Amino acid sequence: METVQRILADHPFVRGLKDCHLELLVGCASNIRFEAGQLLFREGEEANRFYLIREGKVAVELFSAERGPINILTLGEGEVLGWSWLVPPYRWRFDGRVIESTRAIALDGKCLREKSERDHDLGYELLKRIAHTMAERLQATRLQLLNVYELHT
Amino acid sequence: MHPMVPQPWCIRRLWWETADTFTFELKPVNGSTKFHFLPGQFNMLYVFGVGEVPISVSGDPAKAERIIHTVRSVGPVTRAMGSLKRGTQLGLRGPFGTCWPVEQAAGKDLLIIAGGIGLAPLRPVVYEVLSRRQIFGRTCLLYGARTPDDILYTKELSNLGKEVNLQTLLTVDRAGQDWTGNVGVVTRLIAKAQFDPGNAVAMVCGPEVMMRFTIRELQRRGMRTDSIYISMERNMKCALGFCGHCQFGPTFICKDGPVFRYNKIQHLLTIREI
Repeated sequence: METVQRILADHPFVRGLKDCHLELLVGCASNIRFEAGQLLFREGEEANRFYLIREGKVAVELFSAERGPINILTLGEGEVLGWSWLVPPYRWRFDGRVIESTRAIALDGKCLREKSERDHDLGYELLKRIAHTMAERLQATRLQLLNVYELHT
Repeated sequence: MHPMVPQPWCIRRLWWETADTFTFELKPVNGSTKFHFLPGQFNMLYVFGVGEVPISVSGDPAKAERIIHTVRSVGPVTRAMGSLKRGTQLGLRGPFGTCWPVEQAAGKDLLIIAGGIGLAPLRPVVYEVLSRRQIFGRTCLLYGARTPDDILYTKELSNLGKEVNLQTLLTVDRAGQDWTGNVGVVTRLIAKAQFDPGNAVAMVCGPEVMMRFTIRELQRRGMRTDSIYISMERNMKCALGFCGHCQFGPTFICKDGPVFRYNKIQHLLTIREI
C-alpha cells in the first residue's frame, strides 16, 4: 500500500523538498477522494486546507448572480488547488467544484502555518512553491484576459 | 505557369465549422489538375471582383485531387468567400512558402501546439503523422480555443483522442457549466504533455502572443530553441517576396516563411518597430 509520504514525495509540488520538511508535511496530510459534482469549498468559507491533485479534475469557479457559476480554470493531475490558506484572512476567494472523480492529498493549512512559524526554512520553501503557482496562474489569467483568439485570422 | 497568374478552381462544397469559421473543398475546373503541397504552405485565393487573401492549406497532403482551406470570416474577402456557392469559381495561386519540418521530426517526439484558427495550418501535419505513425515518437496535439463553440474539427479531434501513442489535449479560455473539459490557456497544457524535451520537435501556430508564451513554457520544460518551429503571419500580397508588404526585418514572411525555426527569427520578435 502506498503511504502518504510516498504519494506526497511524488507530487511535483513537493518534489525536491528536504526529507525533514517532507516529514513535517506528512503530519498535516491526508489522502482523500472526491466525486464528480461535489463542492469542495465555497468563496468566503474558512480556507484551512489545500489540495495536491493526484488524479481527476476540479474547476475553480466564481459565482455571479447574473451568470451563475463561471468556470475560470480547471486543475488536474500534478497541480495545486488553493493558496488562500497561506494569505490572511485565510478564506477561499473562489468556489471549487469537482468535475471528474478526483484523488488528492489534502494538507491542513493551519497545521502548516504553525509549523512554518516554528521552522522558517519550511515556511520559505512552501512560500516559494506557492508563489510560483500564483505567478503561473496570474500569467495565465492575463493571457486569458487578452482574448488572443478574437482578432487572429 | 506564372506564379502571379491565378488558376481557376471551383467550390466543391463548403461547410461552417463554427459561427465565424468555414472550410471549403476546391476541385479543378478542368477536372484533371493535381495539387501538391507540403504541410504549412499557403495559397493566395482570389474572390473575383473582391480581392485576394493568403490562406493556409488545411487538408491532407496525400489527397492531390482536392484542396481544403479553413477560413475565418473577418474581412470583405473572407466574408465574400464564405458566401460562395457550390460550383463558383475562384482564383488560386500557390502553394507558397516554407513547410513544417515533418521529416526532421522523424524518430523524435512531436508536439503540435495550436491556438484558435492556428490549428488549420497544422492539420496537414496531423494527417502526415497518422499516415506514417511508426516513424514518429510520442505525438502530442495541444489545442486551445476561445470557447467550446470555437473548437475546429470537433469530430476529427474526438477520433484523434482514440489514437494510440497520440495524446490530444484541448482547453478553452472560457466555458459554460455544460463543458467538462479543460479551462485555461493553451500554455497550461504543456505541463500535461508527455514528451522528451531533449528529443522532441515542437510546431506552434496561433496568435503571436500565444506563441511567445508557449515558447517560454517549452523552454522552461527544457526544449532548445532550434527544436521549436512557428508559423508567422503578416500582410502577404504577392507571395513571392517582390512587393515587400510582408517584410519582417531582413526576411519576407511569404517567401522565407511562414514557417520559421524559432532560433532564426527569435531576435526579430523582440524588435517592436518591425
